[in-house]
Amino acid sequence: MNLEELKAIREKAQKDIQLRQKEGRIKIIVGMGTSGIASGARGVLKAFVEEIAARNLVDVMVTQTGEKGLASQEPLIEVVEEGKPTVIYGNMNPEKAKRVVAEHIVSGNPVLDYVIETT
Amino acid sequence: MLAELSDHVMDIAMNSVRAGARNISIAIIAQRDKGTLSVSIGDDGIGMDEETLRKVSDPFYSTKAGKTVGLGVSLLKGAAEICEGEFQMRSVPGQGTEVEAVFPIDHPDVPPLGNVKDTFLLLCVTNPEVRFSFRFSADGKDFEMDTKQVNDILGGLSISHPEVVTFLSNYLEEHL
Ligand SMILES: Nc1ncnc2c1ncn2[C@@H]1O[C@H](COP(=O)(O)OP(=O)(O)OP(=O)(O)O)[C@@H](O)[C@H]1O
Ligand SMILES: [Mg+2]
Repeated sequence: MNLEELKAIREKAQKDIQLRQKEGRIKIIVGMGTSGIASGARGVLKAFVEEIAARNLVDVMVTQTGEKGLASQEPLIEVVEEGKPTVIYGNMNPEKAKRVVAEHIVSGNPVLDYVIETT
Repeated sequence: MLAELSDHVMDIAMNSVRAGARNISIAIIAQRDKGTLSVSIGDDGIGMDEETLRKVSDPFYSTKAGKTVGLGVSLLKGAAEICEGEFQMRSVPGQGTEVEAVFPIDHPDVPPLGNVKDTFLLLCVTNPEVRFSFRFSADGKDFEMDTKQVNDILGGLSISHPEVVTFLSNYLEEHL
């Protein structure tokens, strides 16, 4: 494998103007402060990144923050979507992350079992 | 608290991201002849003045809002010192910060490397605005990657595009 092979991906994606316009519709922010990492946030971040990539969701941005919130409920993640309340999920793990992608990100139904706050 | 060196790297690199770094270099290098394993993270973020720098390896210092305990730096320092290794942090306000931990490679308390591939991948695809340069030289592997090269090939396409993420994941799996 060679990085030059990325050219083919670029050319293919550039043809898809519609997809590019949707970029960043939803943002998933994973809390990666020290205590977040210690409680497993890296596996959660990985699950989101892999799941979004596997489903080819070009309009979802997965990002991380070093800031932290309620240490007792880490790993914490935030789902930020324009025009909708921000949803904060706590005590996440990779399986829960996959469920959030399927139900909240893809189907638009927040997973109430894991929600700790909406703002 | 952080069991693997790849967790420490993720953690220290996130300090760099929070410090507004545009360029972050990460190197994990084993030198058999010297008997060392060194982990270093350098950034061009806001940096720290001398007084802050002195306080940082104190586990109760943090500038995060609403936080009294800053742990990340002192955990890496502690991990190095527990195996009689060395730890250094240098910083220049307005220029950036460098953290280096050197472990005696054969000491039984050196934390395992863990999944370095995931740390590299996750850092670069979830911080697309930062240029990362990665170097890994250990376990018979010698790997280098600069995300500037990736971004140059991608033109305007984001490094966090799903197909790019899948490609890079496979690429790192093969080379790292
Ligand atoms: N690369 C850096 N650039 C500028 N300042 C830094 C950098 N790394 C650490 N600091 C400063 O040192 C403080 C302590 O860092 P440390 O990683 O130990 O704790 P923290 O990041 O505040 O919290 P935690 O790591 O527990 O989530 C930070 O709050 C920040 O002010
Ligand atoms: Mg930190």
